[in-house]
Amino acid sequence: MKNHAIRTFSSVERGPVIAALLIAIFLLLFLIVPVAQVIYVAFQDPNTGSFTFINFVDFFGNSLFLESFINSFYVASMSVLVASIIAMPLAYFTTRFNFHGALLIQTLGIIPLIMPPFVGAIAMQLLFGANGSINLILDEHVGFTIPFMEGLNGVILVESVHYFPFILINLSAALNNIDRAMEESAQNLGSSGTRLFRRIVFPLAMPGYVAGAALVFIKVFDDLGTPLLLNINNMLAPQAYLRISSIGIADPMGYVISVILVGFSLLSLWISLLALKDKDYATVQKGGGGLMRRDLRTWEKVGCYGVVILILLLVLSPHVGLTLLSFGTVWSFAVMPDGFTFDHYKTVFDTASQYITNTLLYAGIAALLDVIIATSIAYIVWRTKILGRKWLDYGATAALAVPGVVLGIGYLRTYHSFDVPIINEPLASWWVIIVIAMTIRRLPYALRACVAAIQQISVMLEEAAENLGATKGRTVWRIVVPLMSGGILAGFVTSFATASVELSATIMLVAKDSDAPLAFGIYEFMQSTSGRGPGAALGIIAVIFVGVGTYISHVIIERSKKLREPNAIIFEGGNT
Amino acid sequence: MKDDIMKSSGVVIENLNLSFGDTHVLKGVNLNIEAGEFFAFLGPSGSGKSTLLRAIAGFGPTPTGRILIDGEDIAGQPPWKRDVGMVFQSYALWPHMTVRRNVAFGLEERNVPAAEIKLRVNAALEMVGLIDLADRRPSQLSGGQQQRIALARTLVIEPKVLLLDEPLSNLDANLRVQMRRDIRELQQKLKLTTIFVTHDQEEANTTSDRLAVLDDGVIQQVGSPVELYDQPKNLFVANFLGTANVIQGVILENDTGCVFRSDKGFEIALRQKSNGKGSIVFRPQNVQFLKTGTIQKTGTTKFQGIVRHMEFHGNIVRYGVDVGGHLILIDETHQLGINLFDVDTSVQLQVNPKQIMFIQNQ
Repeated sequence: MKNHAIRTFSSVERGPVIAALLIAIFLLLFLIVPVAQVIYVAFQDPNTGSFTFINFVDFFGNSLFLESFINSFYVASMSVLVASIIAMPLAYFTTRFNFHGALLIQTLGIIPLIMPPFVGAIAMQLLFGANGSINLILDEHVGFTIPFMEGLNGVILVESVHYFPFILINLSAALNNIDRAMEESAQNLGSSGTRLFRRIVFPLAMPGYVAGAALVFIKVFDDLGTPLLLNINNMLAPQAYLRISSIGIADPMGYVISVILVGFSLLSLWISLLALKDKDYATVQKGGGGLMRRDLRTWEKVGCYGVVILILLLVLSPHVGLTLLSFGTVWSFAVMPDGFTFDHYKTVFDTASQYITNTLLYAGIAALLDVIIATSIAYIVWRTKILGRKWLDYGATAALAVPGVVLGIGYLRTYHSFDVPIINEPLASWWVIIVIAMTIRRLPYALRACVAAIQQISVMLEEAAENLGATKGRTVWRIVVPLMSGGILAGFVTSFATASVELSATIMLVAKDSDAPLAFGIYEFMQSTSGRGPGAALGIIAVIFVGVGTYISHVIIERSKKLREPNAIIFEGGNT
Repeated sequence: MKDDIMKSSGVVIENLNLSFGDTHVLKGVNLNIEAGEFFAFLGPSGSGKSTLLRAIAGFGPTPTGRILIDGEDIAGQPPWKRDVGMVFQSYALWPHMTVRRNVAFGLEERNVPAAEIKLRVNAALEMVGLIDLADRRPSQLSGGQQQRIALARTLVIEPKVLLLDEPLSNLDANLRVQMRRDIRELQQKLKLTTIFVTHDQEEANTTSDRLAVLDDGVIQQVGSPVELYDQPKNLFVANFLGTANVIQGVILENDTGCVFRSDKGFEIALRQKSNGKGSIVFRPQNVQFLKTGTIQKTGTTKFQGIVRHMEFHGNIVRYGVDVGGHLILIDETHQLGINLFDVDTSVQLQVNPKQIMFIQNQ
């Protein structure tokens, strides 16, 4: 009888075990091995092949690299500071006051995220640069200019405007979770004003803030596209890219930089985890008074709206600038373009439509792979007892800590001499590698969407199906997948939208222009002054991709929430 | 589904043991449930009653021992091959399917022809009186309606055994009484072997032919509701099935017969012959006040006490009376115009020794 039990057990688990093995192999080949390869090369003597720290000594001995390191650190820190300055008042207004701009601020939190920072960079230059609209106006009316976009300032401004929502979202959530009793009891004990804020509100909101800030730091630290487009090369990510693309994949410096980037990624993730660990400061209690909000006096209201509108203008400026650029004829040394035209869009559709079709294909396949892998991992981790199943989750999530540049370098190094059968081309220069890079990079996000979806399904719904005669496989097909469909679809759309503007890994992997996706196309166009118009048009198309995708996924999530809610058991006294 | 009698099957459980990791949850369970019987597993939460039910359906950790249905050991079979229909506590209706699709599911998995599925689904929905709601979604139904759909979904596959896991716990009080009658009636009509899990003794007593009381993974006693109430084998069963006055002490043999003396020195003569240490057990309704002007009933024992507390329940008044250091609960049926005793009143009580059970310490 024991044998019988074991036999049914193994036949039940066979499907998931095969899926788990396939996913493990995929993660091993396209995440773990390439990254391990990068780290290995960084510690390898280029001539003898033996283990060494000489590459790191060389790195810190080189003034350009040292400067790049300091610049990257400076830019990332300053971006966190500027993003905090933008996010803090917004978070504070909505959570502490009866402020009727909530919708406005929510919108503020999404608008920047639908445009990749590198897309808006050129537009920002035209608006805020030394000869940009704002400075031209300032020069004419007040006689001085502000170097918004001078050197590193430009990177800081573009990145802060793009990434502040991460801080806004986390900080608002933290502030929303502070029960008014926390503040009232402090007031009752004699504390008020800034002292109350410093001793009670700030410490309680701190974990949320740190988590958001760490995320911003690492996103900026790793970003390749923005500095490249602003022509700032003395930072780490651009240096890694330039070393590999100009000197070649044998040069150890690109690998050293990669190790530093991965190290800082891990450090930031660790800090943000540490900040949130054991600090579940959600203090809102049952029957509690909710948040401590107060009404604003008229002059305060004016002030609040003033600040919000100012930030809104700043946040919208890349979008406005890009739109103007995409429709503008000539825009140089002028507040506004000289005239308006559809020519740039025509140029894009006539000569560069392959960027769009490639993107649809690549991002489509990547998103599909992402949700298939993510759904499988979610099922394996939450519904089976396969040994080591948690490691699939950890493995897929580890992609968060790998900057795109590093993944690109890893693929080049690992697969440049691996010829794909039949087509006889190295895997590293085949378009499929771009799809794989997109898949790996977006997998952590798709995975979280699918895990959230499966956690909402009561195991009883599956047991009921088995009880009525459905096998495990049939249950997955008829119950689990349909019930997860909202989460899966949202994961697909998000993966698709964000993969379609992926630049930092793809820029390393594009072997020929005909294989290039949209983000690479924008980068190519933006290199020349004459290409800016079409580049902006392509950028607007990218923004529409991401914007529509984000909206659809939002609608899907809301709808599946609604579908689920009334399913709660209804108590009814009457006869039925 | 035909509205007539289903082929019913007996369930035999032999030496069933089951553990969650290091926790031994079911400890050597043996049961013999007759074909067509309405059987209840009664016990507090954590007693293992739901675990036992789920083991019969094939869910949870694999147990050791045997589960026989119609003499066939099903212990190693996966849930989908067992043909034991289960109604889940939360009903587990699939929110993405209509009522009709929910009910058809089991037949579809059995590859029943579409035309027959339609007929049988309609018959099942008629049986629970909800044919009009066939095209609704579960979320559009009330709790009671969801319950009936869950029942129809299970009965439509004509299972060998019907398992009900606390099916009434999510309904409000009135509906619960109505539903338990309906379920009992349906079971009687179909003569389907039914196992019902509950922590509510009233539910178990009113529905089932026989029941098993579980505590700590061990079956304490099996029998009809009356047997268990009147002849509990141990204090757990006595206490779990209704309120009981329990007094610890020892049996003294003396010349006139069998006398029980409590740890605090309170003595009472018993009818039944017994010996050793143990407890006397009697129900609150078995004790009466001996009011001034009334005559003591023949054969009863009289004793003195002081009222310590009084609870008005409506149909009864429950008093706590201190008798020789023991707090004894007394239920007096409430009548219009009856005088209630105040706290601290000195009262006389009478109890018939026939109503007193003695349970030896184990």
